[in-house]
Formats: sequence, C-alpha cells, structure tokens
Amino acid sequence: MYDYSSRPSRLPLPVDERMASADIDLGQRKSIYRSLQELRQFEKRAHDLFLQNLVKGTTHLSLGMEAVAAGFGAAMRPDDYTFATYRGHAHALARGMEMGPAMAELLGRSNGVLGGKGGSMHLTDVSRGMMGSYAIIGAHLCIANGAAWSAQMRGSGQVTVCFFGDGTTNIGAFHEALNMAKVWQLPVVFVCENNLYMEYTPIDLITAVPHPAADRAASYGLESVIVDGNDPDAVYLAAGKAIGRAREGGGPALIEATTYRTGGHSRADPAKYRPLEEVEAWAQRDPIPMYHARLLGLGVAEGELSSIERDVAADVDAATEFAKAGEEPTGEALLTEVYADGSSRWRN
Amino acid sequence: MAELTYREAVAAGIAQEMRRDPSLVMLGEDVAAAGGVFKTTVGLLDEFGPDRVRDTPISEQAILGAAMGASMTGVPVIAEIMFSDFLAVCWDMIANEIAKSRYMTDGQVSFPLVIRTANGGAARFGAQHSQSVENWAMMIPGLKVVAPSTPADTVALMAAAVRDPDPVIFFEHKSLFATKGEVPEVEVVGRLGEASIVREGSDATVAALALMVPRALEAADRLQQEEGISVEVIDVRSLVPLDTKTLLASVEKTSRLFTVEENPRLCGWGAELISIVGEEAFWNLDGPLVRITTPHIPLPAAASLEDLAIPSVDRIYETVKSSLR
Ligand SMILES: Cc1ncc(C[n+]2csc(CCOP(=O)(O)OP(=O)(O)O)c2C)c(N)n1
Ligand SMILES: [Mg+2]
Repeated sequence: MYDYSSRPSRLPLPVDERMASADIDLGQRKSIYRSLQELRQFEKRAHDLFLQNLVKGTTHLSLGMEAVAAGFGAAMRPDDYTFATYRGHAHALARGMEMGPAMAELLGRSNGVLGGKGGSMHLTDVSRGMMGSYAIIGAHLCIANGAAWSAQMRGSGQVTVCFFGDGTTNIGAFHEALNMAKVWQLPVVFVCENNLYMEYTPIDLITAVPHPAADRAASYGLESVIVDGNDPDAVYLAAGKAIGRAREGGGPALIEATTYRTGGHSRADPAKYRPLEEVEAWAQRDPIPMYHARLLGLGVAEGELSSIERDVAADVDAATEFAKAGEEPTGEALLTEVYADGSSRWRN
Repeated sequence: MAELTYREAVAAGIAQEMRRDPSLVMLGEDVAAAGGVFKTTVGLLDEFGPDRVRDTPISEQAILGAAMGASMTGVPVIAEIMFSDFLAVCWDMIANEIAKSRYMTDGQVSFPLVIRTANGGAARFGAQHSQSVENWAMMIPGLKVVAPSTPADTVALMAAAVRDPDPVIFFEHKSLFATKGEVPEVEVVGRLGEASIVREGSDATVAALALMVPRALEAADRLQQEEGISVEVIDVRSLVPLDTKTLLASVEKTSRLFTVEENPRLCGWGAELISIVGEEAFWNLDGPLVRITTPHIPLPAAASLEDLAIPSVDRIYETVKSSLR
C-alpha cells in the first residue's frame, strides 16, 4: 500500500536567532506569550473534551501553529476584521473572544458564543472584529474583500486579515479574491498558513509551484512574502508591516507563513501520512518552548512566565466549568435567527 | 405617471434607492460604463460615480463575496449576476455563506443586500442562458426571493428588497425587459411577501410568476370570451416570503388551482404552493390541483422548440379548459 509517510521529509528551517534582537517592546512580547499559552492550553483542553465525547462532531486544531494567530492578533487594531477557517479557534481567541463562551460553543451549549448553532467550525464574535470562521474552502477570501471594501468606502482605516491554508490556494475563489483585492487596492492582508498538508495529502504533490501562496503573488502584482510561521516575532513584524501599509492605502498583501500542525487534520486523526522524522523535526520547532527561551534570554524571569502559564491554566479550567454548566439549547432556539426579524418565517 | 420599460424600471428603482441612501453601492460585470448587458443600469454610473457603481472582473464568487462582506460591515449592496444560470458558479456564496451565516452565528450578522439577475427564457439564448432558476433560490433557508412582472412592481420591489435587512434574490425576466407600463413619478416602495390579484375571477385560480403572468392573463381573457370561464390570476411576485393568505383566500373562492411555472418540472415553486393548498384547503377543492410547467429538460435554442417547452398562452388555455370541463 502506498503511503505518503515514506516520502522525503520537509524539514523546518532553523530559528532565525536575529529575531531575538528585533525591535519589539518587551511588554508586547509578554502579551504574545500569554496569547500563545491561551491558544495552546485552550485547544489541548478542547481535544481532551473531544476524546471524552463532550465535544461532538469535529474539531480542527491549530496546535503547533499558534504563532501565526498570536503574532497577527498582537499586530491588529481592536476594530480590524478577522476572517478565519474551520481551523479558527486560535484566531478567535487571539482577537479576544472569551474562552468560556468559546468552549461552551464547542460543547454545543446555549451559553456558547453562537448559542450552540454554529459549533467549532464557525466561531464568530463581531463585537471583537472576529467576523467569522468559514468551512467551505476559499469563500471567505472573497468575503474578506467585501469587509475591506466597506472599510475603504467608509474611510474607517480598518484592515481585514484573512487566514487560510495551503490547500486553499488551489481553489478558484483564492484567485478571484486576490485579483479583485489588487485591482481595487483593498486594505486586506491574506495569510496562508502553510502547514504542508491539505487534509491528508502533502501540498507539494497537488500544487504546481513549491510555495503555494508566495509563488502565486506575482500573478496578482503582489510581493512574494514567506515568513517563519513558528516564530511569533517574525510573524508580528511581517503582520505589522503588511497591516500598516494596507491601513495607509497601500493595498493588499499576501503572506505565506510556514508552519506545521502537531496533531492531525481533525477529530482524532493520528496523521500517520507524515514521515516520522518530519514530525519530530517540527516538534523541535514548536513555537512555545522557543519563545519561552527567547523571553528568558531577554531577561524575563522564569517566575513571570510560569505565572502567565498558571493564570491561563486557571482561565481554561474556568472556561471548561462554564461550558459544562451550560444548558443544552432547547427547541426555542431552533427556529430563530434565519431572518433579520429573528424568526424563520417564510410565509404569512 | 410615466411610461417606463421594464429595463428602465430596473435602473429607476436602483436610482431611487441610491438617491435615498448615500451608502448604497452596486457592482457587477459591465454594469457601470456599459450600463449592463441588458441596459438595465444605464445612467447610474453618470449619476452616482465610479465609487458607488463598480465594474468587476468576471469573478462571480468575488462579486458576491464583496457584496456579502460589505453588507455585513455596514454598507448595503446591490450585486448583479449577469444571467441567472451563472448563479451556479457562485452558488456556494448564496447557499452556504450568505444564507446560512446569520443562523450559524445566532444573529450576529445581517446581510442587507440584493442580488439581481436576468432570469428566464423565450429569448432563444439556449440552455445555458435561459433557465428559470427561481426554484433554486426558493429552497434555501435564509434567502428572500422576488420576481416582478411589471415595470411598476420592478421599482416597488427593488425598493423593498434594498430596504429589507435580509439578502434578497431579485429575478428580472429577460423577456420582459422591453415591455412597458405606467410607473408613478413619486417614490415607490412595495412590500416583500405580497402577491397581487391581477385579474379577478370565480371559476379557477391561476398562480403565475414573471413572464408567465402576462401569458396567464391573456389565457384568462380568452377563457372568459370563448368559454365563459372566469379565471382569477395571481401574480405571486414574492416566493419568499410567500403570501399564502392571498392564495388560500382565492382558492376558497374558486375551488380550483393551476400554477404556471417557467422552471423545469421537478421541485418547481408551484409544487410548494400546491402542497400548501392540498394540505390546508383540501375541502375547498372541486378538482385536481394542476401544474403547468416547462418539461424536465434543459431549454433548447430553436424558437419552435423553446416555444413548445415554456408554458404558452395556448397551453394555459387548453389545460384550464379541459380540466374544468
Ligand atoms: C470547497 C471545499 N472542498 C473541500 C473541503 C473539505 N476540506 C476541509 S479542510 C480541507 C483541507 C484544507 O487544507 P488547507 O487549506 O491546507 O488548510 P488546513 O486544514 O491545512 O488548515 C478540505 C479539503 C471543504 N471544506 N470545502
Ligand atoms: Mg494545510
């Protein structure tokens, strides 16, 4: 039986140690560290709850990929817009979605952020600029353009950031969205989280170019940008540059962030289609221990970092309790919010 | 009153709303400088400028994505999809994104947007530019669906659709574009979800939509003159919301219902009307509920064949006559 795990590994590049001396405020770095911890600990708990059958259906975790969400979250203005995919927990939390309602949504409870109607794949919190998590590949790049177009027309200075996977670069909507964004000079930043796999298939086997997003940038008059998606500082800097330029009317950007998921695509996928050596090499490039060490090197006390970790652990425990205490939604909710009058009425 | 063609009424309705609401914008392929391939948006670019009236690339998903994203962030939008057959290219945007997002976010987002499209046949355009697809849109929870048959209704329903906070699919019939009618010169605003009794009668109810309305009316006149059969004709106008009150009241009076549908047979809108009447007005009926539809075929290009396919005045006349005999 043919098995992709016997293919040559695609190994990560070494950490760029120069990032340690990048001009990033230490307070900002500490809050990025907190964000990394939040995303990691929340999702580990979500996975545990999935294995306990408390989270039904499916989850798509960003474990190992948190630096992208955390770095962008730190670089965005509170009123900027985020558009994410079904792999969207990290992006929602990085914009400030409260953990309790987020966890409750995963458990399908009425105290969930979507009242249990959306579930894991559709986390949304408009009050925090988290404009939705979309589960049909490609569509949300086009929708992100619309939010950016609206900000442009309103002159609000808001920037839209749209996250998607490597596999998404092969669907038509990706190409339609980039072309329109460039033609209209929209304030939108497209971020490809290249985790090297489209579900269970290595991306290089199904893509005409080696860098699925960056190699396409020139087709749309955009600069080709590849960033180490496992280095929060590198992501933060690239994000700040692209967002800043978009805010000033410089138009769209496309960033390819190279990363890797620690676990499987979804649910309990053991991800056996990946070479062991590759999995192990990327585990060595886990963004969190690396960032921990970097902060120590910059003079942050171990005690301060471990207190962040403990705070976050307590938050995740509280969120879990909040979620478990939630009621299952009742039939009253079933027929609401199909139309703007709050009803599902289609006849008189 | 002014006499306008249906195509002029489209532009008039849009212009009325763009004057009222300075934030309203529109986009589509060839809608700005060219005034639309059916000339339904002539003059709008001149009056409202290129920021509000935008030509787009041939990117139906990007067009509707832009409309969706803008409308959910405070800018109401009218988007044009040139031919309704092309809705298939961006059906994900309509059926999965625009229609479902309010429900799946438990009401966090609204989509004040109108998707206009040229629908229907009798223009000899062949299978990929002629289909009536209003039934595709009708079956999607979260959408509203209208299809006017007159210039006055076109302006009125355009205003209603633009002002409605939900996404509305607005079907313009391409074989009605040249027809004329009186339109009031004051602001015209209709209501979604209201059918119109366009001819009163007592022996049978005929429910029709868009191009089928004038055909049903002509058949009704002939049935009256030649057979003494009194037909009530309902212009359904709005498929969602559906005005079942007007329909049920009419059937209560006439005891017979015929639907005249341009969409192909299976799962056409008439099937829904008939199931409602069958369930809720069964004991008022004096005879079978009858659907007059295009057969379950793609539309042919040749005039003689297309005329056989789409319900004609003769077919409506004969079906009602033989069924009432
Ligand atoms: C249009 C469409 N086709 C297929 C799928 C099924 N699907 C869900 S996730 C996925 C893989 C996407 O890969 P990528 O873009 O690399 O994102 P990742 O999951 O790696 O974050 C596929 C094929 C889908 N949701 N939508
Ligand atoms: Mg991927």
